[in-house]
Amino acid sequence: MIDIADLLTAMFVSATVLVYASAGEVVTERAGVLNLGIEGTMYVGAFVGFTVADHTGSPWVGLGVAVAAGLVAAALMCLLTVTLGVNQHVSGIGTTLLLIAVCDYSNRLLYGGGQLVQVKTFPVLFKDTPVASQYLLTYIGFLVLVPFLAWLLTRTGFGLRIRAVGENPEAADVAGISVARTRYAALLIGGALMAVAGAFLTLAMVGTFTLNITAGRGWVAIALVIFGRWRIWGAVAGALLFAGVDALQLQLAITETFAHVPREIMIAMPYLVVIAALAASGRNVAYPGAYLKPYRRI
Amino acid sequence: MIRLVLRGREPRWLAPLLVGCAVVITYVLTAPLIRWAGANPMAAYRRYVITPLTTPVSIGEVLLTSTPLLFTGLAVAIAFRAGFYNIGAEGQFLVGAVAATWVGTTFDGVPAAAAIPFALVAGALAGALWILIPALLRVGFRIDEVVTTLLLNPVALLLVQGLLNGPWRNPVSQFPESAHIGPGFNFPTVIPGTRVHLGFAIAIVLAALAWLVLARTATGLRMRAVGLSSTGARFNGVGVERTMLSSALVSGAIAGMGGVSQVCGLQRQLTGEISAGFGYTGIVVATLGALTPVGVVLVATLLGDIVVGADSASLVLQVPPQMGQVVTATLLLVTVGILVLRRYRPVVNRRRRTAETRAEVIPLEEVRQ
Amino acid sequence: MTSQEPLAVGVPLVELRAIRKSFGDLVANNGVDLTLHRGEVHALLGENGAGKTTLMRILYGLTRPDRGQILIDGVPTTITSPKDAIRCGIGMVTQHFSLVKPMTVTENVMLSGARLGPLSLSVARAKVFAAADRLGVTIDADARVGRLSVGEQQRVEILKALYHDCRVLILDEPTAVLVPQDVEALFATVRRITTQGLGVLFISHKLREVALVSDRVSVLRRGRIIDTIDAAGVEPRYLAELMVGRPTVGVRRADTVRPDGTDLAVAKVDDVPDPGTATAGAAPVLDVEDLTVAGRGRNAVDGVTLQVHPGEIVGIAGVSGNGQRQLVDVLCGIEKPTGGRIRVGGRDVTGAGPHEVIAAGLGRIHEDRHGALLTDLSVEQNLVFEHLNEFRRGPFLNRHRIRAYAEDVIARFDIKAQPGDTVGSLSGGNVQKVLLARVLVREPKVVVVAQPTRGLDVGAAEYVHQQLLDRRAMGAGVLLVSEDLEELLALCDRLVVLFEGRVTGELATADAAPERLGLLMTGAAA
Repeated sequence: MIDIADLLTAMFVSATVLVYASAGEVVTERAGVLNLGIEGTMYVGAFVGFTVADHTGSPWVGLGVAVAAGLVAAALMCLLTVTLGVNQHVSGIGTTLLLIAVCDYSNRLLYGGGQLVQVKTFPVLFKDTPVASQYLLTYIGFLVLVPFLAWLLTRTGFGLRIRAVGENPEAADVAGISVARTRYAALLIGGALMAVAGAFLTLAMVGTFTLNITAGRGWVAIALVIFGRWRIWGAVAGALLFAGVDALQLQLAITETFAHVPREIMIAMPYLVVIAALAASGRNVAYPGAYLKPYRRI
Repeated sequence: MIRLVLRGREPRWLAPLLVGCAVVITYVLTAPLIRWAGANPMAAYRRYVITPLTTPVSIGEVLLTSTPLLFTGLAVAIAFRAGFYNIGAEGQFLVGAVAATWVGTTFDGVPAAAAIPFALVAGALAGALWILIPALLRVGFRIDEVVTTLLLNPVALLLVQGLLNGPWRNPVSQFPESAHIGPGFNFPTVIPGTRVHLGFAIAIVLAALAWLVLARTATGLRMRAVGLSSTGARFNGVGVERTMLSSALVSGAIAGMGGVSQVCGLQRQLTGEISAGFGYTGIVVATLGALTPVGVVLVATLLGDIVVGADSASLVLQVPPQMGQVVTATLLLVTVGILVLRRYRPVVNRRRRTAETRAEVIPLEEVRQ
Repeated sequence: MTSQEPLAVGVPLVELRAIRKSFGDLVANNGVDLTLHRGEVHALLGENGAGKTTLMRILYGLTRPDRGQILIDGVPTTITSPKDAIRCGIGMVTQHFSLVKPMTVTENVMLSGARLGPLSLSVARAKVFAAADRLGVTIDADARVGRLSVGEQQRVEILKALYHDCRVLILDEPTAVLVPQDVEALFATVRRITTQGLGVLFISHKLREVALVSDRVSVLRRGRIIDTIDAAGVEPRYLAELMVGRPTVGVRRADTVRPDGTDLAVAKVDDVPDPGTATAGAAPVLDVEDLTVAGRGRNAVDGVTLQVHPGEIVGIAGVSGNGQRQLVDVLCGIEKPTGGRIRVGGRDVTGAGPHEVIAAGLGRIHEDRHGALLTDLSVEQNLVFEHLNEFRRGPFLNRHRIRAYAEDVIARFDIKAQPGDTVGSLSGGNVQKVLLARVLVREPKVVVVAQPTRGLDVGAAEYVHQQLLDRRAMGAGVLLVSEDLEELLALCDRLVVLFEGRVTGELATADAAPERLGLLMTGAAA
């Protein structure tokens, strides 16, 4: 039988990563930039958070430095896509490849690629209450970050600028808004949040760093942004869907009926569900007007 | 002060000069990481680039290592050229390998003359099938293929792992590796004294064919038109959806054949490490190769060179082999970044900085060439 | 028409002194002086490239002048960006609106100058309504701008300026996109705000409108102000002469200027079309019967029937947005009709794609030059693209034959380019030549051509007109779709007027008085 409480608990934990990552990507894409460096940025957040936590003994310090690393990664994307105007698919994939390679390289040098080192992880709040026993970061994510970002985008001048820049950069320019600076800000915010998502993997969920720890979750976040129609709440809904199916397959795997189904098919289920969700709902969606288009005044 | 102004014509020496600068900048950026490992950057780079080319055997290794990159780089280049962002070459490569293994272990008695074409066709079909759904979603419903092709990569890996942990697990060793394919499926060596196998030759032939079609046939011109401007292509009667779909399928097929080549030419079985990120590196190859078949061949060879060099450097200089990937990715980013500057020329401007005049939205296709 | 109050005497609201601006070798403004008084409507008249838009962009801070001064209320001011201009009380409505379609009217209006922090939407809404009041219009502050009509969107643009309490309003070709009713509304708005003391600078090339609404007119030519005169009682022909610099030649039915370019029609006098020369008895080369194309809400093209005979030029007249684009798209084979029939040279090509349409003998010169050509490919590739199969040798393309063909076409049509040049690197005039050459060299039976001289200078426009007249002389039929009434009147034998997708009238050019055409174009009378 499926334990609903366990399912919900696992769902929120797993969804936290996607919520931070996709919320960050929503802000970025709303400004018209696709950040395919998300997978690499999450990886960096995971690795740096883990390494620093290992050396300092504090997951919070690890988180802080991870955010800094995420900002550096985002700065790279800023340089490539906003300042230089390089094709965003290429710069994104290239950044992801670079960041993952640098992390794996450093991992080899620091840990010899051998034993798994455990770090002190974040504490779980309300440990014995069902469903409510979550990490602080999860609470912050759902209860603080998401409403804040939604409010930021729709009710502040800053969010107005981001939306204008993402829909019609010329209009924003004529109105006196710096398209470049707005996009930098959006990318940096996104990068910081993606790094938090990655750090959550090592400093909360898993407790250590393994190769391929992000397992394509960055790509899932990208899909969730489209699925959520570039709204924060939409992305959150998608995150819960993916995490829900993920938690479900974990539970189903040990039930009678599904015990014989290969584990891998179960793990693949959430990805396939996301693709199906996209296919079902993603027809002719309205991308932000300036999506993928670099902006340059001569 | 110096201002950058759009130039009219581009001198021919500019792009090579900028690429040269990119190489130097890449070296400068990666040197600190190499020093961190306790090695001399110059020595490391010599090992990466020059050393593998010094003996015939190691040249053979370079060609061997570049073989899967030839397939994926070509696959990605063809798709990108048609405007279809195939980021799923990794998954298509893997399912091609799966198909080859299935065919090779199920029909293990078939002689080479029939087996090899059989395996290639199976891999091509598998790769094409793996890209079919994203392609249909894009062509039919305008759903971004970047996301759909990307998401199928982890799924393909899970498929491989599932098979290797399950029904294809080696019964004798209990390792997650498949049985060996039948002898008829083994690709013969094409350069004696090395491990360079038929896959390399097939890749070169495919590249030559691609070049021929793209540069010299009406179909190729139409494909390029679709990738450059779908409005223009449509006005001129090109079936944009059909062209994009067929380009995507060809791309998937070629990536799938890459998987076949890796199984039948090198590993002779399926393992979890059958792909070392070849699909993603293929994007690097295609981009640095300016999406041309000739460029793909050259860059794939260069990257193969670096990978072989990085492996040997890791043994000799204690620099982890991931450095090869670091160098590759850095080179990609620096090169595409610096090549943007070739549209501009510096102008010494004694007047005060003027506010800009015209806004210019750079179209997506523009940066590719 | 003059403003209701006497013009304020004394210090002008805006003064531009000795403004000079060049882009590389091109001198856009060559020592321009201009003044604008309170309550005045001052029109800037000139051809394409005369420098009017550059001058206004300098005033609005989108460009900096190389030399010269700007004085606001007599005080020398430096304007380095639109923010500065807005602070000085200058507002500008560009020709292509700067609106963010998915956002509401209020959000668009408050975009410039919005602080980073929380937005006080209710305060902003109140201000928007107040500004709309001043304008004398009603507007739904919460409507998404993308859903508004073009006239309403323009009003939002003007609201943006008024929201920031501008005292000077710059309008760049404001009537180019408006239907006549909206033009009336716009002029009423302009009159209203000038009575409140604002000054309006008005870029236009429509002589009649300029004469109607402005108090003074400054004519620019080649970067210099030729003259500034009172608009009262001015002869449009005089203005036209000032603009072009010579007595205008050609047909003198009405001396206004094209809606899109800035030129007078320059068809040669001896080519004035004579209604009798069309081979009336011959079968039509283009036969459109009851054509319907679905649109948003109502049909974009609604039961259109027309014919083009060999040796005649038939013009489609109408304000932009009345189905012309869809009609052309269907004839070109890139859109499918929902009803009716199309026959080219007797062959039924209803719903056919580009290849069949071309094979039947129809030449397509589409208004969207960059959509019709492959701008990243070379001139020779573009010239042969519609007929690639003819240039094959086995499975490959015969590059020598393609090169030879291209060189021949380039010579014949006087295209200033090499076969290997990218089309994207050519000037506008040469791009149009490539588009024309590609089609005309195949000697099609009928040519469908839309907005052929838009954005071209005098020489290029003359060339295009001559080509079309040549086709006609050689017995081809031409269907000319244009928003430029003068172009139509100069070239066409017959005119078909389109309004809301229907044919409201068909008449010989000789009978086409401008007032009658105007009525037909606005659907008022038959």
